[in-house]
Amino acid sequence: MQDTINVENLSVSYYGNEVLKDISFSFKTGNLIGIIGPNGAGKSTLMKAALGLISKDSGKVEICGKPIDNVRKKIAYVPQRSNIDWDFPIIVKDTVLLGTFPNLGLFRRPSKKDKELAAQCLEEVGMKDFSNRQIAELSGGQQQRVFLARALAQKADFFFLDEPFVGIDVASEEVIINILKSLRDAGKTIFVVHHDLSKVEHYFDDLILINKELFGAGPVKKVFRTENMKRCYNMNLSFPQGLGVGV
Amino acid sequence: MEFIHDLMTYEFLQKAFITSIMVGIICGVIGSFIVLRGMALMGDAISHAVLPGVAISYMLGINYFYGAAITGVLTALGIGVISQNSRIKNDSSIGLVFSAMFALGIVLITAAQSATDLTQILFGNVLSVRTSDMLITLIVGAIVLLSVFLFYKELLVSSFDETMAAAYGLKVRLIHYGIMVLLTLVTVASLQTVGVILVVSMLITPASTAYLLTNRLSIMIFLAASFGALSSILGLYFSFLYNLPSGPIIVLATTTIFIIVFLFSPRQGTFWRMLQKNKRKVAIGK
Repeated sequence: MQDTINVENLSVSYYGNEVLKDISFSFKTGNLIGIIGPNGAGKSTLMKAALGLISKDSGKVEICGKPIDNVRKKIAYVPQRSNIDWDFPIIVKDTVLLGTFPNLGLFRRPSKKDKELAAQCLEEVGMKDFSNRQIAELSGGQQQRVFLARALAQKADFFFLDEPFVGIDVASEEVIINILKSLRDAGKTIFVVHHDLSKVEHYFDDLILINKELFGAGPVKKVFRTENMKRCYNMNLSFPQGLGVGV
Repeated sequence: MEFIHDLMTYEFLQKAFITSIMVGIICGVIGSFIVLRGMALMGDAISHAVLPGVAISYMLGINYFYGAAITGVLTALGIGVISQNSRIKNDSSIGLVFSAMFALGIVLITAAQSATDLTQILFGNVLSVRTSDMLITLIVGAIVLLSVFLFYKELLVSSFDETMAAAYGLKVRLIHYGIMVLLTLVTVASLQTVGVILVVSMLITPASTAYLLTNRLSIMIFLAASFGALSSILGLYFSFLYNLPSGPIIVLATTTIFIIVFLFSPRQGTFWRMLQKNKRKVAIGK
């Protein structure tokens, strides 16, 4: 039971509305895991609650047998693009440099080495030429690549990406998924909130299928099946009506 | 320059000069974070909420600094408690708490003392700065500048991407309340110079002006501090020359700088943009 990520009985509610109901799953480290489900299913909420970024009603999260607070520095989080203030006075290379902060600790400034690492990570995502641009001067795909570079600079073991493929160009999507796959091959664990079902089989090893409750968690082949998908995606429409609520 | 001669001669003017420059600098520095974190309303709230503290200190006969600092921090905590433990949104909880505190302050001050003091607290009178006030301002200034220098990294990352910062284990709540404490200290230090009501202008206007001019936080902070100090000097000069309340003059000075930058800044200048638009129109017309 050592090299696993365990989430047990995770529930979240906003003012009495249950958004996530009793979610449990367990994955081996070193996999690329997709979190999928319809709009409003609580995919981002699941990620944030598991990371302890929003308060939960109940639930236990353990990474390699340790509480999550013990491994925080090894966790790289890439937020949804819509959650970032793109007018913030910061340029591309300084944005990537933020990734080195977790490993610096208090009072230490980034050294020349850290700056070189940041430049290297920018190179990896193909954004070196944009080092001195303000971040609003980039396209959506470029912005996403810069944030991935920041996560790389953190030298994390666990990556959490919230909707990284929304509204970006094909080339950027390709760059990003290839980097994620090579991270996986290097033994890292990556969670990706995702909504485009067409690419699921090409992208992920494992899947978490949710719509407020868990509809499946495990290898893509086992979870990504018509009957599971139907149950998960139909819930929104038919289930409430079946209960006589709504129309 | 008669003003410079007077500055050399009169001690009260020297005190006013040093105090107002320090106030301009620290307002610019903390203001930069207030602007970027979208906490302008919070700045307004804290500045109004120190009033009951000032009144209570007055009654107890202690330096107004202590009472003001305590009510300022209590207000920040109170706003946090309301907005986090109910469905009431942040801006409403701010409005709710600070107007109550301000009202309480006015009642207490009116009960305790004559109305002239109230005007001074509300609008500032930099020429009446005492040595002890100047020392407090300098100490507060040192605390603020040192904190921002030491925790610059943490302030930067939590202002830009709080979720990422929290994910890697940074205590973002603690940083938030740390900024609140610094904001309270700055407000209290600015009481004599600009007064309670207009402090928010010193926090927001120089920082916003700087925001239009640069794409780097460190430069923004430096520019904001410079604009703040410059406005303070201008405010002091006109206040001394024409016997006007210093607060409003300083605010008008900082606003003038803002308008100039807003219209003519190289990249964001509205004037240049309008000019370009016109050129295009003319070109199309041809």
